Amino acid sequence: MESLELVVSGAEKSFGGVTVVRGVDLTIRSGEVIALLGENGAGKSTLMKLIAGVHEADAAQIRLNGRAVEIPDVRAAQAHGIAMVHQELNLTENQTVAQNLTLGRTPTLGPDVLGLVDRRRVLREAQQALDVIGSRVSPHDVVGDLSIAQRQQVEIAKALSQSDVSVLLLDEPTSSLPEEQANDLLALLQRLREQGLAIVITTHRLDEAFAVADRIVVLRDGERVAEFDAEEPDATRDRIVEAMVGRTLTALFPDHRAPQEETVLEVRGLSGGIVHDVSFEVRRGEIFGLGGLVGAGRTEAVRLVFGADRRDTGTVVLNGRDVRIRSPREAVRLGVGFVPEDRKAQGLVLLQDVQENVALPNLRTWQRWGLIEMRRLREAVAAAIRDFGIKTRGARQVVSRLSGGNQQKVVLAKWLAQPLSLLILDEPTRGVDVGARADLYRQIDEIAAQGVGILLVSSDMEELIGLSDRIGVMAEGRYQGTLAASEVTQEAILRLASKLESLDTTPHRTGDHT
Amino acid sequence: MKTATSRTQSPSLLDVAHRAWTAFARRPESGAILSVLVIGIFLSIATTQFLTVANLMLVARGFAFTAIAAMGAFLVIVTGGIDLSVGSVMGLAGLTAAFLSANGTSFLVALMAGLAAGALVGLVNGLFTAHMNLAPFMVTLGMLSVVRGIDVAITGGTPIQGIDPAITWLGQGYVLGIPVPVWIMVVLGILLTIVMKRTTFGWYVYAIGGNIEAARLSGVRVRRVKAAVYTIAGLLAAIGGILLTARLGVGESTSGTGYELDVIAAAVIGGTSLTGGQGSVAGAIWGAALLGVVRNGLVLLGVSDFWQTIAIGLVIIFAVVIDRYRSRPAA
Repeated sequence: MESLELVVSGAEKSFGGVTVVRGVDLTIRSGEVIALLGENGAGKSTLMKLIAGVHEADAAQIRLNGRAVEIPDVRAAQAHGIAMVHQELNLTENQTVAQNLTLGRTPTLGPDVLGLVDRRRVLREAQQALDVIGSRVSPHDVVGDLSIAQRQQVEIAKALSQSDVSVLLLDEPTSSLPEEQANDLLALLQRLREQGLAIVITTHRLDEAFAVADRIVVLRDGERVAEFDAEEPDATRDRIVEAMVGRTLTALFPDHRAPQEETVLEVRGLSGGIVHDVSFEVRRGEIFGLGGLVGAGRTEAVRLVFGADRRDTGTVVLNGRDVRIRSPREAVRLGVGFVPEDRKAQGLVLLQDVQENVALPNLRTWQRWGLIEMRRLREAVAAAIRDFGIKTRGARQVVSRLSGGNQQKVVLAKWLAQPLSLLILDEPTRGVDVGARADLYRQIDEIAAQGVGILLVSSDMEELIGLSDRIGVMAEGRYQGTLAASEVTQEAILRLASKLESLDTTPHRTGDHT
Repeated sequence: MKTATSRTQSPSLLDVAHRAWTAFARRPESGAILSVLVIGIFLSIATTQFLTVANLMLVARGFAFTAIAAMGAFLVIVTGGIDLSVGSVMGLAGLTAAFLSANGTSFLVALMAGLAAGALVGLVNGLFTAHMNLAPFMVTLGMLSVVRGIDVAITGGTPIQGIDPAITWLGQGYVLGIPVPVWIMVVLGILLTIVMKRTTFGWYVYAIGGNIEAARLSGVRVRRVKAAVYTIAGLLAAIGGILLTARLGVGESTSGTGYELDVIAAAVIGGTSLTGGQGSVAGAIWGAALLGVVRNGLVLLGVSDFWQTIAIGLVIIFAVVIDRYRSRPAA
């Protein structure tokens, strides 16, 4: 692969009068990984899409190895060896990996008009594409059966199977991946870099930028505000975050409160699905974190507590009473709230407005003589918008139009219209940018300070350690132990989390910066 | 704020009109209302008979049966389901009431039995779809056939004569110059609108259609609400069906046949989104009105029968195209 230098200067793009990318310069070289950082809406994705020809730039000079080129569309970008992996994966779920990898250029047998598929070549070409990235996914697998990480591999293989790819752009490749699989992906990117590819990624996780990038470019409001050489000592987290947010962030995590002794939730011998014999307790005013690798059964365990899935055995004691929660409905009536893992699929009714979403769990509160009292409801929702700092045009704004952070605030707000004993948070800041994340942490902390017990599941180590008073660790559906505040370190959590009884002890933690 | 004092005067008439128009256009039923008006104006000019009290009352009574059942279809579709059995349920309710009444039962008992029969079929649909998680399309398609068979069995093949005049009055009578079915449609429409906008049940129905998992995790008893929706849809179909039979004055075994087309189409034309979560009661009524006006217009214009059927089909397809564009920006 020849060495390459792609210089983009003065890139501009606006949509309907709103400037999204403003005079950005970016130089991409082969054998180098660039991490684009910035809050949601900073223009990272748009910049990438300009380079990949998904959108045509309003203005930009692009020079490829010193020669001026234009990239009006995807085809032109491909001709210059530029490929992009989008944040939303574009695979057909009912088809096999091989079918996906050759989609749009399926090799045929005999005369073209017949369109007879050459199945042997399809398989061979697919296998070659997978070999390039060292993926162990089989071309025969149906995409729908693959994990998100495996689908991502297929997507990358597909992007690289274009002829002569020299620049690979990846938009948020790790956003939906658990930490250890994200690390695998970063290792793959490092291998591709060594093969001489020029790589640009966007990410929300600073650790990843440090782990994989040679250069870190920060965008804010469509402008390039800073660039750091990842090896230089001035590239510190604080300075990068400051550049992203445009102001000095006070501590991301609030100070710890002193939890009370009284127990809110006591779980004994909980089993169901992959969860086996799990016991722990959460105290009043405490944030109790559940750590572990993805697939350890943390989400499954908290869903059993909430009654979202059927449990086989085990007791759940809430406020000293043995409650047999068999459905979310019963949990809600007992004062348990649940912020699920997937905000859009499970937490919100996207086409409804803020008011309807906030009202949903406690609708009966505002009911009188069988009718909903709109005035009281409006007041309560206005108060929730104020208290949680939800940035919205009003209570009647459709929630699909809100940013991720504000959507998540709506999901939190809907549980707090009524006194709560226990609030379950499953990945509460996934896909939320840094600024809004600090807000959410403060709000979660305030909720705990009011005496609510909080059961937190998080795959973000920093968040888990920063927020939790105590941490329980799960592995393979079993509870491995509790770490008191004084014992909590990333190593201690990982030691418990990797106490696997089944095999597979292959170390896949690469690029681990601590 | 200092320089803009001149602008803080009362907004101009144009502003008010513009805001009223956007508010109107955003309502699910706006397309159907506009279509009814446009076609109505056209027919008033093109024919002499359309804009007469007698004709308008005829049209209104004609679509009232469809509209009442369409309110039920609207409910079901908002939850993301479908009820194909409406036509035969309309027949079942009308024939049950006719049969009992013709055999000497008091008209009140006959009516109650008709309503109960419809609600019962709805409940069965609801239990199958909500509790056993079966596809409503197939469950209600099967039910369409089962109930039609029962309809034929009730009549024994010959039309039921001798229905109590108290029942036939419901279909044929007038109060204050307006046909009784139209009154019933309006009262039910107002009631159901209040239920949908101002009760927890109504809000739960929209939430389930919008995102069933989010509703469940928020503590909504999803299965119970769904079963109730199908039951109410059965009840509304029963009301429409009894009025239809009352209007005819005899119980025909084919009563209500083919109505599922008009009923479901009316709900969708009125802006009920087939993907669930969106729509309005008024929309279902206006959708039925549009079909009624188009039918009446074609008759007045002397268009032959088969062309009428084709035209109704085209109206339905057009409505779905509109639905597609309408729901796009939101998604």
